Amino acid sequence: MAERTSLAGVAERPASADHAPERAPARRERDLLPAIEPERQVDDWGRSERVEDFFDKTLVEFFYRYWFRAEVEGIENVPASGGALLVSNHSGALPPDAAVIAKAIKDEHPSPRKLNVTVEHFFKGYPLFSMLIPKIGCVAAHPANVQRLLFDEEQLVLVFPEGRKGTEKVFSERYKLRRFGRGGFVTAAMRAQAKLVPVCVVGAEEAAPIFAHVRPLQKLTGLLYFPLTPTFPWLGPLGMLGYLPAKFRIRFLEPIDTAELGADPDSDRALVQSISQEVRARIQENLRDMVGKRRSVWFG
Amino acid sequence: MTGTARRVLVTGLSTYWGGRLAQALEAFPEVETIIGVDNKEPTRELERTEYVKVGTQHSLIQRIVRAAEIDTVIDTRLVVDSIATTRAKAHENNVIGTLNILAACTGRDSPVRRFILKSSAHWYGCEQDDPAFFTEEMRRKHPPSTPIERDIVEAEAAVADFADKRPDVTVTVLRFTNVLGPSVDTSHSRMFALPMVPMILGFDPRYQFIHEDDVVHALEHSAFNDLPGIYNVAGDGVLALSEVIGLLGKRPLPVLPPWGTGLFTAPLRRFGFDVPPEMLGQMRFGRGLDNRKLKATDFEYQFTSRETVLRLGEHLRLSPVLSGVTEPYRYEREVEEFLRWSPHVRREDRPADADTADAGLYDPSPPATEGTAIIEEPPPEPEPEETGLPDPGMLEVEEVIALVAHLDDSGLDRLEVLERSGQGRDEVFEAIAGAREYESR
Repeated sequence: MAERTSLAGVAERPASADHAPERAPARRERDLLPAIEPERQVDDWGRSERVEDFFDKTLVEFFYRYWFRAEVEGIENVPASGGALLVSNHSGALPPDAAVIAKAIKDEHPSPRKLNVTVEHFFKGYPLFSMLIPKIGCVAAHPANVQRLLFDEEQLVLVFPEGRKGTEKVFSERYKLRRFGRGGFVTAAMRAQAKLVPVCVVGAEEAAPIFAHVRPLQKLTGLLYFPLTPTFPWLGPLGMLGYLPAKFRIRFLEPIDTAELGADPDSDRALVQSISQEVRARIQENLRDMVGKRRSVWFG
Repeated sequence: MTGTARRVLVTGLSTYWGGRLAQALEAFPEVETIIGVDNKEPTRELERTEYVKVGTQHSLIQRIVRAAEIDTVIDTRLVVDSIATTRAKAHENNVIGTLNILAACTGRDSPVRRFILKSSAHWYGCEQDDPAFFTEEMRRKHPPSTPIERDIVEAEAAVADFADKRPDVTVTVLRFTNVLGPSVDTSHSRMFALPMVPMILGFDPRYQFIHEDDVVHALEHSAFNDLPGIYNVAGDGVLALSEVIGLLGKRPLPVLPPWGTGLFTAPLRRFGFDVPPEMLGQMRFGRGLDNRKLKATDFEYQFTSRETVLRLGEHLRLSPVLSGVTEPYRYEREVEEFLRWSPHVRREDRPADADTADAGLYDPSPPATEGTAIIEEPPPEPEPEETGLPDPGMLEVEEVIALVAHLDDSGLDRLEVLERSGQGRDEVFEAIAGAREYESR
């Protein structure tokens, strides 16, 4: 997260009520967003409805409905309007969790919304990924991007605070959350005055387990990591999609309203850290609950 | 604080932008004086802009600034595209030139109250970890990697320094995204003119464009309003390169290798396809700008990125067709001047009309001010229709109607006045009305 030092904000942290008049110019900023041109099939972020629909109707549909047989709890915790930051645990060699969460909101939510998934900058430099990733609704995890999506465009954004530390963990460490970065996601939500929705995903760890990492091959290929999974690298690059048919359960938890916390996270790092830890603890707790109640990895 | 521009100095008058801006400023009566400096002759038709042939020697420009009491300096001289000139010349112009222009505006009693720099979004560069939309207060994370970017960063640093030292001067820096339009020549417009548009394999970068007319309007806007600081100037909407190619009605050619792209494109220069280094970054990672800061100052863009590309597409499709057809109607300055000023041109038919009140409206014969007009500045650019318009009274109805199709609005006005004072034929009025309706559509 960019550490912007604002001296003015240190002195007082306005309560949300006092803050309303100050937000007037920001409203104006929102009005100045480019108008949507209906003739276009790609939006300003590079997201393409056509490409998204294609994957949604084929690959994602197949995995979501028939392969993972995903079940969703607490979908009503995803707000129907306004910006909201979804925070989830992250796992799997080529993580299937983001696509499944996006599909859940699209299919199960009473007012389906588009989900923007933040991904590492790494993908932007990699041929083909660079082309495909933005088309299906992924944006680089830059604080300015998250702020624009959450605050200006009032959209849903999904972050994985564990980042690659979550996806690279090996099978024996499943469902043990890694550290949640430096609380950047809390900072982002506070700045944008957006709700924080913790999300728990069970099943992704077993769908794409990693047995070991091969560092020399990682260096050679320039990939983020080079895992050994049941199908990769034995079946070539497509082996990354060789998911095992684990049963998926997604639970959306009660949202945290950051509007009450004030819009200046820089003045109170302790608050940011404690919220970050609280979110992490709630996700961990619910993961244990879900894994504990699960009778079978494959049949749920 | 400083009011609007009255006495303007335009640097880089011979460049496309210097010329366009001077032309545009001429239309504003509140601008008393427009002086253009450059070391090359201006390339565009100018009416009342005074051209001074001078390099960027600061002492000479300073003398001009003081003597003419220039209140606004608009610096359009920056080279932001490597295809314009050689690397060494671009550096000399961009860095040393900017320092000299700024030096010419300093001094305790300098009359300059406003300084406007036409800069470029290349200032931000193109990197993997860029945000999707750059805002003005963002800083570059990485040092500039191409010569043009380095130049622009240095030039802007000099301007920022000037702004710090001279708080009484409104310093505006406009960072323009890639410009497209029918008459501007950039490395990107050359790429889009190719029969198939090359792409780097596996990359579909985001592109934002601004129409050439909007560039001129943004410069005008900053001349007539107080806009201290930096402003991004880019049309609404960010397009994917594949989308751009589709809008142009062309086909993509994803043949540039993702690795070693620079090595691969270097020999292509021999075949007329020049990919400058700053363009390579854009073709890989793309760039988007947040244009809301300028919009908040009540600037309105005429074209979105998409509309800009569509216009270019139209132009590219039409240009091979039009180049042959419009040739006979094209305005030729030399011919017009000859017809206008030469004593050898027979103008016997004119005195016959001279009595009628309307004759003066189109009478192209030299007025009494001929001598001064020639000495002072180039003669006012005559409208092609103004001189080319024959007396409609002497033509058959069909001939007049055929003429109507080639006239613009002012020409139609003139024709209408003439016709009314002449025979006043209904068919002609109908044709004029029809042509107006067509034009307005």
